[in-house]
Amino acid sequence: MATKKPSARAAAAEPAILSFTPDQDLAAYREMLLIRRFEEKAGQMYGMGLIGGFCHLYIGQEAVVVGMQMAMKEGDQVITGYRDHGHMLSTGMDAKGVMAELTGRRGGLSKGKGGSMHMFSIEKQFFGGHGIVGAQVSLGTGLGFANRYRENGAVSVTYFGDGAANQGQVYESFNMAELWKLPVVYVIENNKYAMGTAVTRASAQTDFSKRGASFNIPGEQVDGMDVRAVKAAGARALAFAREGNGPYILEMQTYRYRGHSMSDPAKYRSKEEVQKMRTEHDPIEQVRVRLLEAHKVGEDQLKAIDAEIREIVNAAADFASHEPEPDPAELYTDVLR
Amino acid sequence: MAIEILMPALSPTMEKGNLTKWVKKEGDAVKSGDVLAEIETDKATMEVEAVDEGILGRILVPEGTQDVAVNTPIATIVAEGEDAGAAPAPAAKAAESAPPAAPSPAAAAAPAVPSTPAPSAVASPPVVSAPPDPEVPAGTEMVTMTVREALRDAMAEEMRRDGDVFVMGEEVAEYQGAYKITQGLLQEFGARRVIDTPITEHGFAGVGVGAAMAGLKPIVEFMTFNFAMQAIDQIINSAAKTLYMSGGQVHCSIVFRGPNGAAARVAAQHSQDYSAWYSQIPGLKVIAPYTAADAKGLLKAAIRDHNPVIFLENEILYGHSFEVPKLDDFVLPIGKARIARPGKDVTLVSFSIGMTYALKAAEELAKQGIEAEVIDLRTLRPMDVPAIVESVKKTGRCVTVEEGWPQSGIGAEIAAQLMDKAFDYLDAPVLRVTGKDVPMPYAANLEKLALPSVAEVIAAVHAVTYR
Repeated sequence: MATKKPSARAAAAEPAILSFTPDQDLAAYREMLLIRRFEEKAGQMYGMGLIGGFCHLYIGQEAVVVGMQMAMKEGDQVITGYRDHGHMLSTGMDAKGVMAELTGRRGGLSKGKGGSMHMFSIEKQFFGGHGIVGAQVSLGTGLGFANRYRENGAVSVTYFGDGAANQGQVYESFNMAELWKLPVVYVIENNKYAMGTAVTRASAQTDFSKRGASFNIPGEQVDGMDVRAVKAAGARALAFAREGNGPYILEMQTYRYRGHSMSDPAKYRSKEEVQKMRTEHDPIEQVRVRLLEAHKVGEDQLKAIDAEIREIVNAAADFASHEPEPDPAELYTDVLR
Repeated sequence: MAIEILMPALSPTMEKGNLTKWVKKEGDAVKSGDVLAEIETDKATMEVEAVDEGILGRILVPEGTQDVAVNTPIATIVAEGEDAGAAPAPAAKAAESAPPAAPSPAAAAAPAVPSTPAPSAVASPPVVSAPPDPEVPAGTEMVTMTVREALRDAMAEEMRRDGDVFVMGEEVAEYQGAYKITQGLLQEFGARRVIDTPITEHGFAGVGVGAAMAGLKPIVEFMTFNFAMQAIDQIINSAAKTLYMSGGQVHCSIVFRGPNGAAARVAAQHSQDYSAWYSQIPGLKVIAPYTAADAKGLLKAAIRDHNPVIFLENEILYGHSFEVPKLDDFVLPIGKARIARPGKDVTLVSFSIGMTYALKAAEELAKQGIEAEVIDLRTLRPMDVPAIVESVKKTGRCVTVEEGWPQSGIGAEIAAQLMDKAFDYLDAPVLRVTGKDVPMPYAANLEKLALPSVAEVIAAVHAVTYR
């Protein structure tokens, strides 16, 4: 197939911002707020000892998954690492099932056997939820391989972080994806820190959109705090991959407000830095201001959305707290099929 | 109504902490995300953020308090205009589910509703029992073929049967296979289903597992299992564990196959036997055939299986010829051992190329009047322990034979199983004949010494039969 392949530079120069209709902004606001409130509740429940082990919150990065989801089509797959709650909620997976998995209860999406980092939904084409940094990149490339094998027109949206971007298998996967023209959009969520290590201390090339350059994979940097920019870039990348041109890289420049996990005090960055992102770039606040000022949506309408979201999240927390633990007989099930 | 703020757990192991500082004062307005207080854990100083909005009502634990147990109420948040001293809401959302008297996160994590089945219902591992080999009808023509041809035929037959089956690996297509196992497959099935990969084991193993998660049935060939060490994370963490971690939702129907163990004169990095490694992993099936018939019947079964299967071949055996029944669809059960030679005096248990030592030793021993029963495990996981136990009940003695290393090896597992399940039948300790506990040397004489030998098997049998 003849391909028009934008260079990384040319792609980045395209106009990134397309305006949203009031309905699109309302939908984005609602979806992002659901993730924000869900994660805040998860943090609270972790503090109460209801959630064990590791718990990586997505607060601050909401625009990335919500914008990508708005650009995706039915049948496109999603796969990511362990900071996965937002990805699951954005694909439409049930908040109760996600929260009950966090608490390790039988109503959890993995029956309580996977936990925060390991959940799946064939129905929503969500393939995890992976705890090994970078493993999902090869797996997501495999999802793209299956799409091409079946010629089903679907694209694998494979998320990973700036930390995972330094793993060797990422480049093994890039090579095969381009070689075989697999329909994969690699979304690198650059939240500036790989656990406690700043990007500049871990990466020789900090422009992650160029990480596919030696494989001829086009890429672009995207303002990952602006849901409109994410959706526009996602649409370009998905169309490129869907048309048989091979993979595409989107570097989402984003920020996580909380520590790497619940037990990370985040001493490696200043409070001012976090505060600046929160006040000047918050993905939800941007939409909220736009809704109120540009779209003339009433406070009442936003309050109603807030209340609706709180209701969903509280119901999920309630379910996740009261659902029983797995039956002991489940210990030996699902080892083999 | 007031909402209680509880002392949070801020790490997987935290049970108590020090409340070092209140950032907000009583009467301050708080909104979601505001830092309320600082807490010192055993690891770090952490901030407590507000989740609910309102006014900080009463501070219940003053700053400077040491060893505050997790889940202790430390303050209340009240709605605007509400009395700061208002009693906490009885239904403080999820907080109520944490037993108030439970100080540790572990206790707090106990289910809120006593509907969990009583712990008397202790789960036990399922008993696995594989069906016997299918009957080969009398008069079935037997065809002499090499293990190599049998493996190729198995793949070709399964690829004809199911369009979701494909084979990928280094040199599997145009080169016709580094060891010619995939000979002719490209010509019959085309480049869509017979795929040459770059030299990139970690990556293509992951691509295979991802394709399997999406429902395809890949056969991933490793040029040798020595190179699969690059890919073992994807094999174990992604392929073997996903069914369990997904609560049974996502399965991986995938075969990882290739030559395993020592070939000849290729030294330490190309001569390792991974039988014991993979056989330890729940979520995998592990097959290591000796004969061409078993190679064919079991590879076909492995390709049809819904689980990740490790199929360990042996380079030296590729050229060995055996009789294979000429049947349209010869599929053998995974998990069933085969009695390769019946006997009554001692049980020899082996698999793959280890069988060559065991069978030759049995022949020699027969000349000395010792009738050895030789069991070919064929499948290492699930292991057919009942077959070994049945034989030992008859012979009272057991020697295991493998090329792998001794520590935590297949023989070690068999010895432990017999201690557990056949102790009263044993008339002698179980002995292991294994590869020596060294990296494989290159020099011909040292390599020979490092591998098991027929003489060692005979010596071990003499020892357990007290002759």
